[in-house]
Amino acid sequence: MRDISIEFPGVKALDGVDFTLRSGEIHSLLGENGAGKSTLIKALTGVYPIDSGTIRVAGTERTFAGTADAQSAGIATVYQEVNLCTNLTVGENVMLGHEVRGKLGINWRATHAKATTYLHQLGVDVDPRSQLSSHSLAIQQLIAISRAMVLDCSLLVLDEPTSSLDRSEVEQLFAVMRRLRSRNVAILFVSHFLDQVYEISDQMTVLRNGKLVGEYHVGELSRSELISKMLGRELAELESIARAASRTIDRTGDPILRVTGLSRKGAIEPTDLDVYDGEIVGFAGLLGSGRTELVRVIYGADRSDHGVIEVRGKSVRLSTPRHSSIHRIAFSSEDRRAEGIISDLTVAENIVLGIQAKRGWLRRVSSAQREEVVAQYIESLDIRPNTPNILMRNLSGGNQQKVLLARWLATAPQLLILDEPTRGIDIGAKAEIQREIAKLAEAGLGVIFISSELDEVLRLSQRVVVMRDRRKIAEFDNHKSFDIDDIVALIAKEGAA
Amino acid sequence: MGALVALVLLNTISRPSFLSITVKNGQLYGSLIDILRDSAPLMLVALGMTLVIATRGIDLSVGALMAISGSVALTIVSRSSSPNRIGTILVAIGIGVFITLLFGLWNGFLVAVVGIQPIIATLVLMLGGRGIAFLITGGFITTITSTPYAQLAQGHLLGLPVAFFFSVGAIAIVGVLVRKTALGVLTESVGINPSASRLAGVRSRGIIWSLYGLSGLLAGLAGILYSSNIMAADANNAGLNIELDAILAVVLGGTSLAGGKFTLSGTVIGVLIIQTLTSTITFLGVPPAVTPVFKAIVVIIVCLSQSKRVRQYLGRIRRIRGAKRPIRLSGLETEVLAERKTV
Repeated sequence: MRDISIEFPGVKALDGVDFTLRSGEIHSLLGENGAGKSTLIKALTGVYPIDSGTIRVAGTERTFAGTADAQSAGIATVYQEVNLCTNLTVGENVMLGHEVRGKLGINWRATHAKATTYLHQLGVDVDPRSQLSSHSLAIQQLIAISRAMVLDCSLLVLDEPTSSLDRSEVEQLFAVMRRLRSRNVAILFVSHFLDQVYEISDQMTVLRNGKLVGEYHVGELSRSELISKMLGRELAELESIARAASRTIDRTGDPILRVTGLSRKGAIEPTDLDVYDGEIVGFAGLLGSGRTELVRVIYGADRSDHGVIEVRGKSVRLSTPRHSSIHRIAFSSEDRRAEGIISDLTVAENIVLGIQAKRGWLRRVSSAQREEVVAQYIESLDIRPNTPNILMRNLSGGNQQKVLLARWLATAPQLLILDEPTRGIDIGAKAEIQREIAKLAEAGLGVIFISSELDEVLRLSQRVVVMRDRRKIAEFDNHKSFDIDDIVALIAKEGAA
Repeated sequence: MGALVALVLLNTISRPSFLSITVKNGQLYGSLIDILRDSAPLMLVALGMTLVIATRGIDLSVGALMAISGSVALTIVSRSSSPNRIGTILVAIGIGVFITLLFGLWNGFLVAVVGIQPIIATLVLMLGGRGIAFLITGGFITTITSTPYAQLAQGHLLGLPVAFFFSVGAIAIVGVLVRKTALGVLTESVGINPSASRLAGVRSRGIIWSLYGLSGLLAGLAGILYSSNIMAADANNAGLNIELDAILAVVLGGTSLAGGKFTLSGTVIGVLIIQTLTSTITFLGVPPAVTPVFKAIVVIIVCLSQSKRVRQYLGRIRRIRGAKRPIRLSGLETEVLAERKTV
């Protein structure tokens, strides 16, 4: 039995990390962003050279000067973006570099036939002559794995493979992984989704702040214990965000925002909405249900066709983001990379941007003011690293989201619209952001909160709005007795109707 | 900066008189002084170009605008009854520059409001502008005799060329405008991520519109200087190909054509490099037709030396040759701790 073990006793940005992976094992690598997960993987796949420590593959010590070395040692990687050539066919991608050659050049028929064999081994049934781009991302991932098999890999690294897959596609991927495991391939599975980690892995390794926390058998740790190990502190923090339903909202005066009959062709049907002081209105619904479209129209990012918007009882026109910011409404887009962060400016400049935009170009925010505001938010939101002059692009997703939150909070809004603020960020940051939102609402801020994680919606909101197919299908006060299944049932029921 | 020093050294080695500055009648003369004087039009245009490029745009019309402002100013002076009065000159300059400011705002309108691609929008004036300039002069190359007007490009003030003060003044004013107000940061924000800036409440439209106006204004001033130099309104040759030199100066200075962060001091150095280069080539006696080739070679060398990939490649060669260097994890730490350079 070929025993693959890899040890890193000491690597820069990874402090004395030991890591062992055995053949025929599915091993999950867990840790927050910044814990050292991607550094470890990059050292393993030859992207980074290591400063000290040893890597042993199948008992022999190896040094990787580049990814080709790692590949020749039998290590293959499938990245989140699936780095294949979309302009080539499936077969060409699978057999790239290893095509069947005859005397006159490449024998395409044999090559495609061989590709089919490899694909079948994984239970993937596609025509090798079809274009890669004509297949879904899920299938493309499986094709990428087939390619890894062609390279005769003994260790397969899957980096966040399930981020864009739906339930059935995840099942398919897991079936393939189990098949590979039975063929003694070692699989390194990196994912944020703890459910999946528990479902598929045999072993788990947890990293925190560049150090090894421990390696555990999957049955050894409960979920909360695992999360505690990843965060280094008790889960009590998450629990401490008092179940929002317990707070009552005063709905007697004018709401901060009242929307009547707001619609936009092709985006949302006529919709009504009220948001009061101190209220968190949570939006639940599937992708494409119109939640993002609705809030974008409210904020003025997109133009509405019909409908009335009132802020504190007065009818207003919110046709551009500037109008909204004048009325102290703030909006954090779900696509922080394309519509949130200014990547080449520093953290400080990003935070101050909202205030500066409001003041106009003539009145510059003074350095003293800037330092004060920035320091305040770096501290209250625990932004890491805590130096204000770091370029935004160098922060992890979670910290970038916190900076964006700081940008909006600094403008002292009365209504804050958050579209998927916790998407794609690590557990620690998720908890911090949710806690902050709850705190702000308690102090009187109105919040519209969109999230595809229903437990978040239920944890934070006083009122829940469910949307489907661009309309509001339900709205109710959040009750202790409501849980995720209720919301799912609501969505499903409407769908069947 | 290194390139500029290298060029200066090269010149000095080949003709030691390069660095000499002589004083005659209380005024300074010399090759260095010539460079400071002759670079003024390009300096003005390049400053405006830097800001426009930072918004992910480009202004190809600057040469044509130079022709227009010269035509307007000279027509006014030539029709005036007192061409030697300061008042007349000021009016001529004022109106000339105002017209190009309007044209610049027209460019800005096309780009920011109508949404036309900058290269196309400014191409319109680039092609049609000189025709407009000729229309203004009635088809002639208007010439004037006016002592004050000639002083702009040819005179001296406190020993240094007047044109040099134009340069310095423009650098100072634009510098203050950009770094003492929030205009610089907001411009960079718009250039780096236009959608995010818009959602953040930045008035991207207004900013882009104004910057094209500024580019027009600076081009107008440059045109005044040019016409003052030859005391004529030559619509065909005024500012010919200056847009390319300006873009070059901006790129040499380190601002990316993709927009976003920009550096005015970099552009200043870029302009000086190009002017020194021109002076070098002229001195070497290279026939004018060949000049562009020389320029191109020097520019390629400078750009290569600035390129990250080339530097990485050279660094790798050093490492492979056995140089003992601690291997860092892709320099991530260096990037993270780097402070932003300003101005």
